[in-house]
Amino acid sequence: MKVIVDQDRCVASGQCVLAAAEVFDQRDEDGVVVLLDENPPAELARDLHHAEAVCPALAIVVED
Amino acid sequence: MTIDEAPAYPMARAAGCPFDPPPRLRELQAESPLVKVRVFGRPAWLVTRYADQRALLADARLSSDVTSPGYPSPTGAPPKSDGGVGIGFILMDDPEHARLRRMVTAPFMVKRVEAMRPAVQRIVDDLIDDLLAGPKPVDLMEAFALPVPSLVICRLLGVPYTDHDFFQQNSKQLIRLDVSPEQRATAHGNLAGYLDNLVGAKLADPGDDLLSGLTERIKAGELSRQDAAGMGVLLLLAGHETTANMIALGTLALLEHPEQFAVLRDTTDPAVVKGAVEELLRYLNITHNGRRRAVLADIEFEGQVLRAGDGVIFPNDIGNRDPAAFPDPDRLDLGRDARRHVAFGFGVHQCLGQPLARMELQVVYGTLYRRIPTLRRAAELAEIPFKHDGSVYGVHALPVTW
Repeated sequence: MKVIVDQDRCVASGQCVLAAAEVFDQRDEDGVVVLLDENPPAELARDLHHAEAVCPALAIVVED
Repeated sequence: MTIDEAPAYPMARAAGCPFDPPPRLRELQAESPLVKVRVFGRPAWLVTRYADQRALLADARLSSDVTSPGYPSPTGAPPKSDGGVGIGFILMDDPEHARLRRMVTAPFMVKRVEAMRPAVQRIVDDLIDDLLAGPKPVDLMEAFALPVPSLVICRLLGVPYTDHDFFQQNSKQLIRLDVSPEQRATAHGNLAGYLDNLVGAKLADPGDDLLSGLTERIKAGELSRQDAAGMGVLLLLAGHETTANMIALGTLALLEHPEQFAVLRDTTDPAVVKGAVEELLRYLNITHNGRRRAVLADIEFEGQVLRAGDGVIFPNDIGNRDPAAFPDPDRLDLGRDARRHVAFGFGVHQCLGQPLARMELQVVYGTLYRRIPTLRRAAELAEIPFKHDGSVYGVHALPVTW
């Protein structure tokens, strides 16, 4: 799987971290999304698609 | 249809159904995804369905700036008296919105909020100790629901809790929809003046809190003192009115659904509590007057054209009861997966404090009913005063006993 994040769009809602803490973190200064793993394992697919769906800024794209 | 024939918004809830959105909203949702309504005599579009609400709330052609032409004011007052400048980034558009919002996002990060959980647990435990040691019946709003988020946001912002009578009185005025523009302006002025004084004190003697962090921005020339005070007003207001109402109204909803109350009373599983919080947020959706936007450029949508200068309202309460998104939506079911609800809004303006609100509600819902398992109403449901006239829904008081 491939995950792409857009830090410029991110509004630091943290919902991606709640959905998949293995893949997403937040920058200490301002909470902006940090991608920990660009190619996460397929077993995380459900969590990652959830993160993509709940991101209010549409800053996450997940490709299967 | 002329504007006089369009349904007026907001609409009334049905008598005896304090947790459900207005029945007229349901009818409109079933009839059409886009409806023309009348707001203080002016037309505005109502986006009735969940998926459409999410799509349009994420569309940058819609403005959150109250001074944009066509913005559907919730009070009918001209934009300036709504607060405008000084009330913070909530009523601004990007890039200024993003610039200011990013200055205060760090304390609301998931891991920073998690680090506060033990302190919030202590606050909740201490207040429950006081409840159990005190007289009953008691007003749960006054004795518990309001103090929890108020103590938390005061600590986070660096606002002395000893001033809570003053700022809660003014906050109440500011979120009422039935006060005069002058009364609202006075309340806003009082809060802005209070926050401005605090910012001044922290400029001279900073501590380890959010407002002190903002004074560093002021010193660096990145932020005006007025904008810092405005953000303080916004965060103080949003930080306790919303969560306090979720605590009290959520408790009342659970007392009316004993089998759901039992779920929280009998569990120590954090996953169950987390799920329950999301479902109560979905089901109650206390920001019941809808998200408001103005159209900046024409948008083709559902066979209509939203024209530049049109007002648009997103009634998230009915969005969260859309059967296409949540099967059997009117059933309170703490076991369902409700995480995609729009109770915090959607798009770049989605609630900044949601990780904090979630954590506070998890601690409260996960503790209160376990510790007071015989909690019950001490007044008839018909006697409970609901906040039909406020921008945040809830109860003015909730008499309980055990």
